Amino acid sequence: MSDTHWHRRLIEPRAGLMAILTTALISVGGLVEIVPMFTTGIDPAVAATVQPYTPLEVAGRDIYTREGCYVCHSQMVRPFRDETLRYGAWSRSEEYAWDRPFLLGSRRIGPDLHRVGGKYPDAWHYEHMLDPRSTSPGSVMPSYWWLHESKIDPEDIRASVVALSRVGTPYSPDEIANVPKLLQEQGEGIVTRMAESGSVAAWDDEIVALTAYLQRLGKDRKGVLAEAGAP
Amino acid sequence: MSSPASAGLDRPYDDAIVKKFLLATLLWGVVGMTVGFWIALELAWWPANLGPWFTFGRLRPLHTNAVIFAFGGNIVFTSMYYSMQRLLKVRMWNDYVSNFHFWGWQLIIVAAAVTLPLGLTQSKEYAELIWPIDLAIAVVFLAGVLNFGMTIARRKVEHLYVAIWFYMSFLITIPVLHVVNSLAIPATLTRSYPVYSGMTDALVQWWYGHNAVGFFLTTPFLGMMYYYLPRASGRPVFSYRLSIVHFWALVFLYIWAGPHHLLYSSLPDWAQTVGMVFSIMLIAPSWGGMLNGLLTLKGSWDRVRTDPVLKFMVVAISFYGMSTFEGPMMSIRAVSALAHYTNWVVGHVHSGALGWVGMISFAIMYWLTPRLWNRKLYSEPLATAHFWLATIGIVLYTVTMWAGGLLEGLMWRAVDDAGQLTYPVFMDIVNEVVPFYWLRVLGGGLYLTGALLMGFNLIRTIMGSVPFESPESVPAK
Repeated sequence: MSDTHWHRRLIEPRAGLMAILTTALISVGGLVEIVPMFTTGIDPAVAATVQPYTPLEVAGRDIYTREGCYVCHSQMVRPFRDETLRYGAWSRSEEYAWDRPFLLGSRRIGPDLHRVGGKYPDAWHYEHMLDPRSTSPGSVMPSYWWLHESKIDPEDIRASVVALSRVGTPYSPDEIANVPKLLQEQGEGIVTRMAESGSVAAWDDEIVALTAYLQRLGKDRKGVLAEAGAP
Repeated sequence: MSSPASAGLDRPYDDAIVKKFLLATLLWGVVGMTVGFWIALELAWWPANLGPWFTFGRLRPLHTNAVIFAFGGNIVFTSMYYSMQRLLKVRMWNDYVSNFHFWGWQLIIVAAAVTLPLGLTQSKEYAELIWPIDLAIAVVFLAGVLNFGMTIARRKVEHLYVAIWFYMSFLITIPVLHVVNSLAIPATLTRSYPVYSGMTDALVQWWYGHNAVGFFLTTPFLGMMYYYLPRASGRPVFSYRLSIVHFWALVFLYIWAGPHHLLYSSLPDWAQTVGMVFSIMLIAPSWGGMLNGLLTLKGSWDRVRTDPVLKFMVVAISFYGMSTFEGPMMSIRAVSALAHYTNWVVGHVHSGALGWVGMISFAIMYWLTPRLWNRKLYSEPLATAHFWLATIGIVLYTVTMWAGGLLEGLMWRAVDDAGQLTYPVFMDIVNEVVPFYWLRVLGGGLYLTGALLMGFNLIRTIMGSVPFESPESVPAK
């Protein structure tokens, strides 16, 4: 049978044709799904409510990525009653506008973190990273003691801010020039709040940067909802 | 090193390169599975996290990269270098390119094993490696594509056998996925930021991620099934027409399925629906492959009882059928609502990875080693013991993860009569799941023990002195 089948006569002797057909077929799905994502811009009114990450938050986000926090924690609250009860308002696409890379996660070994900003005081994060079981009895999370010993490098973070502005995050030349100052200002605010609870950190400790990032998560959305009078 | 099978050709087949890839498969398979065992233990018993380098967050990407690209990649290349020369009746195009491909791939793996524990990552799942390594992957993979492409161009047979169609779809699609998903602007030598942001980045990633499953862990392995199953069983492929239909349908449909990883996210609704619909359609070509594999064994089922190679293959194809049924079911919105984020997804992945990819790889390694080194398999009972350890291990692993996943999914969503969460404290749910993590350690441990037995068995085979006697002399088609 196979010697007369059209596929055997027309396609199987022609490797080039086979490669072209395969390339064409694998291209369709990707193009149809991905290209429209570039044609829909962000509504300016909505975008105005979502601020780019500050340099310290960028540093914290890099630490979050480095430690693989996203491996166990999602950042996407689905529109279900139980999830809005447990975490807060469901996640909207514009909230991720400045997220490079995206950190939605794919597994909840621990809870979702998209609404964790403001949920706990800064000192809670300091203690939690040092010994997760001190704040969350029974936790299976590792201790991240080295975040309390390692320092951020302002020039390294400036390189990140420059790269992010190249791909389209709107940092002003002023901000880029003043990265070290901006880092210190925001860091010292966190250090002061941590000290009120007896947790001693320096503004350039990695734990301070990570706390800045975590406290930022969901903050913009919470602001919008509060303004609209939502509970 | 030449092969007796190639007597009479202008240039004998290059089996030295096949041996290298096979030994690399063995090494990285054991490494990748050992890391998997370790991270399973880390979830059950947190002190196993040896920070900062060996925490779950840093080792989990090392595990996935090692088993997919180091173990999976090397067995695919092993199988391709062996079977393509024989199917095309010509030696590989260029020995230097073959060796560049081999050593380049191993260097990339070593670079991954060093950088990931150091926390150098791009964070995109199965695409974590930093941008300089990404560039190396593109160069080395394309060298492989060139080598296979030129070999196809110089073939001594007219028609391309079905295994080659599947191999070609792998060679074509992987570079496209890798390049598009990895586009980024470097900040430093070790850090970069993707050109896509937010949900666009998420969509591009899962278009890549799901098709890493489709075109790295499925199509080349189906190609391997189409070559090695007829060789090992001595039976021709059941249906030529079915292989045509399921090949083209699989290649076309797979690429659409990515958005099922983002159901109920803020990805546009239409994209979620398209992803779900195409995922469900994928059952048909997937089961086409499974049926064509199982029905190829028609008339030789008696040999499945005694031949370890066929035992591994039958279980592999069965798990392929099962996980390609489960996957589409989990892609239905209502099912995803429960399954997403839970251990169920981990169980699903491992029924495909341990069951399909792992078992067919073991089968091919047991089949190839005696032929490549011309030595009788050291111990058939040990191979059978490996088979049972692996099979029981997979069942224990997947059943545990299903149960643990359903449990946590149901506890997360449970609300009482007043409309409030029944289990408001997240940690209460975590603690319910920990016993399942321990059972998974046991299941994974059995699977790893089997792989270690195989390593011992194959190394003793290679070091042995009894020549191999071929039980069959039936060609692939």
